[in-house]
Order: sequence, then structure tokens, then C-alpha cells
Amino acid sequence: MRELTLPLSSDVIHSLVPFEQVFLSGKLYVGRDQVHKLLVQLLDEQKPLPLSLEGACIYYMGPSPAPEGKVIGACGPTTSARMDPFAPRLLDNGLKVMIGKGPRSEQVVQAIKRNQALYLQAYGGCGALYASCVRSFRTVAFAELGPEALLELEVERFPLVVAITAQGDSVFDR
Amino acid sequence: MKLAEYIADELICAVTHVPDDVLQRLLWAQRMETSEASKAVLAAILKNLEIADAQQLPMCQDTGMFLVFVDVGKSCPLTLAAIEAAILEGCALAVDKAYYRHSVVEEPVYARNNTLTNLPPVIWWQPVEGSSLTIQILLKGFGSENCCQVRMLNPTCGEEGVIEAVGAIVQAAGGKPCPPIFLGVGLGGSMDRAAYLSKRALLRPVNQQHTDAQYASLEEKILAKVQQTEIGSGGLGGTITALSVAIEHEPTHIAGLPLAVSINCWADRKAKIVWEGEDA
Repeated sequence: MRELTLPLSSDVIHSLVPFEQVFLSGKLYVGRDQVHKLLVQLLDEQKPLPLSLEGACIYYMGPSPAPEGKVIGACGPTTSARMDPFAPRLLDNGLKVMIGKGPRSEQVVQAIKRNQALYLQAYGGCGALYASCVRSFRTVAFAELGPEALLELEVERFPLVVAITAQGDSVFDR
Repeated sequence: MKLAEYIADELICAVTHVPDDVLQRLLWAQRMETSEASKAVLAAILKNLEIADAQQLPMCQDTGMFLVFVDVGKSCPLTLAAIEAAILEGCALAVDKAYYRHSVVEEPVYARNNTLTNLPPVIWWQPVEGSSLTIQILLKGFGSENCCQVRMLNPTCGEEGVIEAVGAIVQAAGGKPCPPIFLGVGLGGSMDRAAYLSKRALLRPVNQQHTDAQYASLEEKILAKVQQTEIGSGGLGGTITALSVAIEHEPTHIAGLPLAVSINCWADRKAKIVWEGEDA
């Protein structure tokens, strides 16, 4: 299996094919429904964002609480489709990699192609598996959202599947 | 042991372990599946269950909303107030001890403030004959809940119409609800009652068929139809999309055939508490 390290270069992104299994390491952001709504609202109002989207990776996830002595609780992916109304806007503003589970809308596929971006699928429901791959945890913004806050994680060898490529090829086209 | 502590213990186990009948069905899927992509998903699921067990971590970060089904005997010595208090206390204890995620908001449309307790649960009360008390709890994740549907079918649509409709609902869900899925199908009653029955159907152990031969056969036909979607594990394509279909049915009106489909993810987490104590 291929080992990938964030941030991903354009060459690496273009070399990936659907169904390819990869291990991803490095720093990524975590945000789900409310974070997406807030980020797009800030873009609409032309206000500064609490993160740099340029070349960034966002993981759609909201963790369970960390037991004592652990970095994080269970932290598997949430359903990506709920982020579809917001994702094209973030992609057009520099976002490069999205991690979640399940199919995306045609608008998202077009935005992925337009921006030469990438959608990776994590194994749904496998929260304990992903917890074992997280090395550090930091709240970046919107702490008041509790489990939905914007986070930054450092991950080591996250097991993922290439789901939609920069060319627009998808595991969901059958 | 108090009833609340018994409930908490069962919920602590439920969030970290799937019941044995569910595990056996996942192992069956791994044996039957022919797609390499889906096999890799099933392997990840089984590894995840090992880690959840070893580290006492919730298997999934969506520890769900508590859906509580209380079958209370008409001559049960416990008051409804005492039963309700024990359910709330048991749920709260489990949320703290087993590190459940706080996934419940106070109000659905505007502020959506998190209750920070994972409470309140959804509670369904069912009076039954005798003096027994049985409490069954589903930890219902919402990735799959968002894919559930109700359809008011034509009363003349027959078995074919039911099979087609369930197939279409599963097709629309695709890879979103964390397949391989469990299906609860409610037929009859009214719109709301069919929805309740579809949830109730998810409580039945997956190795038990319907007791009525016609409905047992309908469960098999629906399962076969759903496998034809070839959605597969993780939506990556495969021969196994659903692990079981359970139907609950009730009388309905001459003009209708209410159908509800509850979809549960592979992490079919549940607890069953049979209480024989004289008090809570």
C-alpha cells in the first residue's frame, strides 16, 4: 500500500487511481456540518478564516471524548454528502483534499476536477481503528460547538481508499 | 444492583461491542463477499471491533441517540415514574463512564445547542400482559438514520410493490449509511406506526426469521432484491449490501399500505435488560 504524506503535491494527487488503498500521514483539519456552514458564511462576508485553506486537507469527523491518557476518542468519518452544499466553495478557495465516507454530488465532482483536488474515503464506523492513528489533537476554532469544533490533528498512517480523483474518476460510478 | 446500574452496564458493553449475532453476520459477509474492495472494508470493520474491545473505546464516534423500547407488564410492581428515572440515570451513567459522544441538541432548527449529556432519549412505552419489565435500547447512529424513509404505498401494490419500494430506498441510500446494513421494515398501521414498527424490527436478533411463513419469505425476497443493488461494503461495490431484513406488521386501513424502512449501519449496537426486581 502506498504511503502518502500531507501536504500532497500535484504530482502525487494526479498519480492516484480509484479504489487504491493508501496510508495518509501528516497534519489535517477536522470539520463537519456547522464548521462548513460557518466557513462559507465567513467567505460570504469576506472575513478572515480561522484556518488556511491553501493546499489543506479536511476530515469530516466529530470525535467522542478522549478517555484519560488517550489523545482522542473514537474518530471515524461522517457522511460526506451533508457537506456537499459547501465543499465546492472551499475547493475554489484552495482546499485540496477531503476525507469522509459515501458518495458526493455532481457539483462536488465538478469542483474536484476544476481544482485538481482529491476525495478519500475512510472506513465508516471504524472510530476505534482511527483513534489508534492520531498522534496530536488541537482545537483551532469554534470550541463552543463541542464535538463539532474545528480541530487540527496529526495522524500517522490513516488507512483510506482513493474515492474520487482529480480527473473526476470515482469509485461510486458503476 | 439497581436498575439504573444494570442499564448503564449494558450500555457500556453495547457501545464497545456488537452483539454476537451481529458479529456472526459480519463474519458471514466476509466469507461470502467476492469484491476485493468490499472485503478490505469488512477487514477494517473486524479490526476496528478488536481495537474497540482491547481499548474499551466506542467502536464508532457516533455513539448514537438512545432509542428506548419499554415493554412494561400491566401488573409490573414498578411505577412508570421509577422506570423512567432509572432509564435516564442509566443512560447518563453510561455516557460518562464509556465516553459516549454528546450528540444530542436541545432544539432542531435554530440554536441547536448541545445538551452535553446525550439526553434525552426517545422512549416508546408498550403495555404488555403480566408483571414483567423488558427494556431494549438501540444506539442509533444518524448516518444511517438520515437514510430512513416512509412511503404510503397503494393498497393493491402487493408483495412486488413492497419489494420494489424497499429496493429503491436502499438504492437511494447508497454508500451513505455505512453498509453492510441492517434493515427494519414496518408495514401497516398508520404513517407514524409503520415508522415505529420499522425500528422495533431492528430489535429482533438477526438470526431469527419472522414467525409467519409468508412474511419470513418476504424478508428473504427483500434481502435478495437489496443485494442486487451491489452497493457493497462502504459503497465500494460488492455482493453483500445488507446483512438482514426484519419485518414487523400490523392491521391497517382499506385505503393504505404504509411502509417504513429503518436502515441501521453495520455497527448494530443494542442492549436488552430484563428486570425481575420488585423495585428499581
